[in-house]
Amino acid sequence: MSTDGSVLEIKDLARRVRVNVLKMVAKANSGHPGGSLSETDILAVLYGKVMNHNPSDPDLIDRDRFILSKAHACPGLYAVLAETGYFEVKELDTFRQIDSRIQGHAHIKTPGVEMSGGSLGQGLSFGVGVSLASRLSSLPSRTFVLLGDGECDEGQIWEAAMSASHHELDNLVAIVDRNRIQNDRWTHEVMSLEPFLDKWKAFGWNSLEVDGHNIDELLSAFHKAEQTKGRPSVIIANTMKGKGVSFMENNVDFHGKAPSPDELSKALKELGE
Amino acid sequence: MANLASTREVAGDLLVKLGHEYADLVVVGGDLNKSTFANKFQAEFPDRFFDFGPAEQNMVSVAAGLAASGKIPVVSTFAVFGTARPFDQLRVGVSQSRLNVKLILTHSGLLTAEDGVSAQSIEDIAIMSALPSFTVIVPADGPETEHAIKAALDMNGPVYIRLSRPATPIVHTRDYNFKIGAAEVMREGDDVTIVSYGIMVNESLKAAADLDQKGISSTVINMATVAPLDEAAILSSVSRTGLIVTAEEHLIQGGLGSMVASLLAQNSPAPLEMVGLRGYAESGKPEQLLKKYHLTQNDIVESVLKGISRKS
Repeated sequence: MSTDGSVLEIKDLARRVRVNVLKMVAKANSGHPGGSLSETDILAVLYGKVMNHNPSDPDLIDRDRFILSKAHACPGLYAVLAETGYFEVKELDTFRQIDSRIQGHAHIKTPGVEMSGGSLGQGLSFGVGVSLASRLSSLPSRTFVLLGDGECDEGQIWEAAMSASHHELDNLVAIVDRNRIQNDRWTHEVMSLEPFLDKWKAFGWNSLEVDGHNIDELLSAFHKAEQTKGRPSVIIANTMKGKGVSFMENNVDFHGKAPSPDELSKALKELGE
Repeated sequence: MANLASTREVAGDLLVKLGHEYADLVVVGGDLNKSTFANKFQAEFPDRFFDFGPAEQNMVSVAAGLAASGKIPVVSTFAVFGTARPFDQLRVGVSQSRLNVKLILTHSGLLTAEDGVSAQSIEDIAIMSALPSFTVIVPADGPETEHAIKAALDMNGPVYIRLSRPATPIVHTRDYNFKIGAAEVMREGDDVTIVSYGIMVNESLKAAADLDQKGISSTVINMATVAPLDEAAILSSVSRTGLIVTAEEHLIQGGLGSMVASLLAQNSPAPLEMVGLRGYAESGKPEQLLKKYHLTQNDIVESVLKGISRKS
């Protein structure tokens, strides 16, 4: 797929990613649609415009790296990888099936997937390692790590946050998919995160906050991150769980549940399919 | 009296040397770098050394990221902190991805001695050999430590190398052929096969000499690579001797003892005696602990005699 990365194209990519997320989760009859739909616009901005990457050469030495720390939201990642040409869209039908390359949680063996995840809290540290390696090899590569907000309950996130600013990793950008719902309940009911932005600031990060469904705001934040030297950047992206499908939006039930066939056709209609 | 060498010190010096040969070698440390001697690498290659403080979960996942980017990261801390604390990071982030991370961990086993049970890493072999991708190596002495580290850097995949704090006897008196995954038969005899690793290899050799005096001839196998286990070497030896005694500075459960028990039960049942720990120890001097917790040459001799009485 060739793209000039216009806002319209990014929006269209995001729409197709949402459609594929719903189809693959419905086909597998399991998986995590809610957090895949909330992260979709972030993925579309990164893969459609911001990142230097080459789908026909996933191991490109100076590529930018995207690391999905919230690896349960892999349907979104697989969909954007397929839509940008890492593998064929029809392969998405094999999600969670036996003998598939696209596993139930993101695994490094899938073309374009940089890290095996599935146990929360490890991706930011992995990103610190990747960023250190890029700097050591004098590569221009940037590292983007997508975190869940519920995931930030994990202590390791804050070990990593401390070390990224200590090592002055300005080639590292963390994005928090702040959809305010985790597995069981609202994040403020499970474990309070606020004042969330202040926590990142206190850990020495260039800390930005945007509407995570606004393409222009996301593009601007990634640009600001690139301009910031001497410290890592975090973008708190305020999003909505289940974004784009009315009955999934802000609905905790769809964190880890597939839509029924009826729900799928209703959802696809809402997305213009 | 045998010559002595501290395997952690050997490793610290060797990493500096190898740093000049392997441009991608980097070391991550956890605020114990004076004790592990990783500070020597730090002094020589300040740009390729990264400290993370006592935050082992972060440290291991960072190493995974470095490995995924083509570096050869060595994780350097104490055995107890580098295995149990970041187990999940080792499992998902390193083992399941087969990333090229090398754990070179010191102060293993009972020999942290006076520091007491929290510092005594006696579960680490069980933990690490439970991870399917990991190669687990326990060198018997300084020379074997050098072989093991070089071999680990030359293979692609995760490796755990378990080292000791105090100076321990050198059991390899001449150059020998070290190969990962291959048992080393150090002497051959007909009545019993003694299998051990690490500091217990020297105890096994001393026990074999004692047994010679009693007219019992022993095969002594140095099983430096605990995982994957050289099963063929054990089965071949036991077919000749009909008796195995394992000796290890680690818990028997999940250690070499239970690995050999499983192997024999599935292939060639034979009497088996196990010298090793059966629970936690306490603070004390190394030689006091080894004696009280039955990890000496005399304990091996007694186990051999008991085993021989069980032979049909």
